[in-house]
Amino acid sequence: MFADDFLPSVLFVLLLVSVLLTLVGAGRRVRLWRQGQASTVHWAGLLSIPRRYLVDLHHVVASDKYISNTHVATAGGFVLTTILVLSIYLFGISGPVLNYALLASSALMFIGAVFVFLRRRNPPPNLSKGPWSRLPYSLLTYASSFFILSLPATGLLPTNTGGWLLAVVLLIGITWGVGEMYLGMAWGGPMKHAFAGALHLGFHRRQERFGGGRSTGLKSINLESIHLETGKLGVEKPEDFKWNQLLSFDACVECGRCEKACPAFAAGQPLNPKKLIQDMVVGMAGGSDAQFAGSPYPGVQAGTHKGGAIIPIVNVLVPSETVWSCTTCRACVQECPMMIEHVDAIVDMRRFETLEKGQTPGKGAELLENLKTTDNPNGYAPNSRMNWAADQNLPIFGQQVEQADVLLWIGDAAFDMRNQRTLRAMVSLLRAANVDFAVLGDSECDSGDPARRLGDEATFQRLAKTNIATMAQYKFKHIVTADPHAFHCLKNEYGDFGGNYDVYHHTGFFAELVKSQKLSLSTDKALSLTYHDPCYLGRYNGEYDAPRYLLEAMGISIKEMERSKTKARCCGGGGGAPITDIPGTQRIPDMRMEDAKATKADIIAVGCPQCSLMLEGVVEPRPQVKDIAELMLDALVLDTQTLDAQILGKQVLEEETAVDTKLSAVNLEPTAAKVVNVKVSHKITSTADV
Amino acid sequence: MRKQTHSASTEINKNTEGLHNNVVKMVNTASKESVNVTVLVSVGEHPLSKRPRRAEQDARAIEIGLNLPGTQLHVMHAGAADNVQTNTVLKDYLGMGLPEIQVLNIPQEADNLTALTSNFTDSNPDIILTGIRAENGESSGMLPYVLSEQLGMALVPSITEILSVDKKAGFAELLQALPRGQRRKVRVKLPFVATVDMAAKAPRQSAFGAAMRGKITVVDAIATATTNNANTEWKITPAQPRPKRLKVVKAKTAADRFKAATAKAQGGAGKVIYNNQEAADAILKMLTDEKVL
Repeated sequence: MFADDFLPSVLFVLLLVSVLLTLVGAGRRVRLWRQGQASTVHWAGLLSIPRRYLVDLHHVVASDKYISNTHVATAGGFVLTTILVLSIYLFGISGPVLNYALLASSALMFIGAVFVFLRRRNPPPNLSKGPWSRLPYSLLTYASSFFILSLPATGLLPTNTGGWLLAVVLLIGITWGVGEMYLGMAWGGPMKHAFAGALHLGFHRRQERFGGGRSTGLKSINLESIHLETGKLGVEKPEDFKWNQLLSFDACVECGRCEKACPAFAAGQPLNPKKLIQDMVVGMAGGSDAQFAGSPYPGVQAGTHKGGAIIPIVNVLVPSETVWSCTTCRACVQECPMMIEHVDAIVDMRRFETLEKGQTPGKGAELLENLKTTDNPNGYAPNSRMNWAADQNLPIFGQQVEQADVLLWIGDAAFDMRNQRTLRAMVSLLRAANVDFAVLGDSECDSGDPARRLGDEATFQRLAKTNIATMAQYKFKHIVTADPHAFHCLKNEYGDFGGNYDVYHHTGFFAELVKSQKLSLSTDKALSLTYHDPCYLGRYNGEYDAPRYLLEAMGISIKEMERSKTKARCCGGGGGAPITDIPGTQRIPDMRMEDAKATKADIIAVGCPQCSLMLEGVVEPRPQVKDIAELMLDALVLDTQTLDAQILGKQVLEEETAVDTKLSAVNLEPTAAKVVNVKVSHKITSTADV
Repeated sequence: MRKQTHSASTEINKNTEGLHNNVVKMVNTASKESVNVTVLVSVGEHPLSKRPRRAEQDARAIEIGLNLPGTQLHVMHAGAADNVQTNTVLKDYLGMGLPEIQVLNIPQEADNLTALTSNFTDSNPDIILTGIRAENGESSGMLPYVLSEQLGMALVPSITEILSVDKKAGFAELLQALPRGQRRKVRVKLPFVATVDMAAKAPRQSAFGAAMRGKITVVDAIATATTNNANTEWKITPAQPRPKRLKVVKAKTAADRFKAATAKAQGGAGKVIYNNQEAADAILKMLTDEKVL
């Protein structure tokens, strides 16, 4: 028997056995996922897999052009090669076209694999080693074996080239390649990501994320319908995750982009999003983290943590500090090419820790207790919520007015002296633009953001329902707030409880006012300024342009930080991280301030009360921290007409207060200041007349 | 009323840390009965928002009870049952990990002492823990004293910890809070009533799941009308903050100031009076001097 007769028949058996074994392995993997809890099955999503892979997934991967091109060549080549190999050698469909196609596809895959190999020569620390270091060789072997195999078939080389020796070499190569590429896909090798990843794209728990959509609100627990005797709140064991969450963990390619983006990891806190997801896989499949070949949780020895589907996760497989280090900044989710939802998994585990075990670390318990008894996180008297505005004469819903165009959501910045400056600036700007607005006054409660991120779904839902009931009493068109956390809750998370509003962040609202020329800003200040994107405004709500538009409208050219927009680094203030206060080797706001210093800017503009607190907490010398509302007030140009209108409109107010507010709150340009002086004196005389 | 208090040895121990490291020793092998600890809880009130909440001292009492190994812990509330606000607060206590809270159903106007006394005569608890005073209402702080008198038990005020309970020998060792962070170890005969000081270990977080799973069991109680009918006519106004006494700083050096801040307040002026008339006169004089009367 000649080698060229021998090979196809052996290949037939080899491929048949591999495909069967792959199917068995796939069935076993599906059983692992089905350990999870029921969740809506989006069958239609399966049809969208190719589109989601080619458009949505590649949109993320393409942020690194090298690897996106490499992956297109390798994966595209592999899929084509596999289809052709199975057609020719398993189903016996032959023909010169197929042979040439196989030659081309395996060549394509080979080229891709070479680039994979080059990248893997000196891999950056975020890439996993172990089986992943073997993968480029397997790819090269698979591609080259079928390339060489096709050469005689296409007639480019005479049949029988190489004789028995080549046949044996090819057989070894194909066995290795098929073993890694087919069996590894279903039996937990690196190629698992192709199988699990494709299904994950189809069955993703947040279908809205595909096709340019956004889905960032946390999933709520139905507290009324849960059977507390049998069910539990949050996730204790891997089997408590939804089945499609377990599937998503298996999709991880260990590329470590999340690790590079994670602020907690960079600060040396014991969290590495990549390891967390791999630990979830260990938990689902059983075993220990000894096989993990990437960076460990900073400060935690890897390799000794065991897990299983019915073994509790926290403090067995994953230290509790890991779960509590997360700032919920979503940088990992944004970066993940497989669209895995790390933050959902972390909050699910936090829910169990808080709701079932009552073990929120740090000041968490105190904060949640304060929210229960005073509706604000720091336990201030609820009737002191409006003290900051004692001199502002704000119209309050239910007292002076029943309806207004804009409901101004104050948030917990009301209790904080630094952020009261932002609130005052915002009020002055709204008045300058003659916006009809009112506030909820003392009946406003905390939005529930910190409670929800700390896992206390019960307190969040109580606050949300209270706020929704309060707002239902009044008529308004929009909500405007300076707090991106409240913005996110009101916009994306209150909908589950019947609260659907048209919510603006103050930068978005002011940008519209500037565009419609209701506010005019002077452009003659050449400020050296950089802008810090708040996570809950940027990544959570996609608002990157409005703040930049406003800054540019003031004639500022922003000195962008290296990490900005979708890649912006968190200030460290989200997700209750300042409350749980897990120690690391450095502080997240310090790192962010280093980013800002690198731009040599004098001012760092922010749009979030948490960010201002975290960044102002960095020791000087450092750039000044200013909210965009404060900067706008500095640059505000008041023309005589608006001043007249304001003065007329304010006659109801205490005259003294009105003058004071005007002078102290509005820091005017020298030319405009003269106008104000004239007007003020005019007004005082008119008061005297009355 | 306090005649049975601190029946045995007392020792002042300024170094409290050593005591905190003491392992709680529970000796109850001889009699197979475990120590029966009953904690009385009330509905607290947040000082700023006036909302009902776990009373801080009562929650600390439960924390002490939960940290005693090998005991039977009962938590009891005396008051009107099936009140929504009360139940919310009781759920908060349940959230600390209690399986059950018993509610002695007593109407608002009735006197809960009679019900408590008869309940305890039946259940024979070894240790009864309460807060020092309620966070709302009369807040007289009298309940533990009257209760201990009626049950004929010792009363230990302001404890921070139960160090050990020896049921066989019939004694318990407690840690009592004194001013300026000092602690006193007291040995007391079982059974006893103790009030829990704010210096005790802070209560654990109340978990929602445990709160929902815990049961509130209503126990019917003998309700007698309160003997003090006057309180229905009382007008309750917020307490005025007591004016602060002007502090004349005599200390000239930092060392003196440090001593003044840390040294135990020295009585010195006290005297022991046996004659009732003289005693009453002395009290009256003191009250007049302090401008209370």
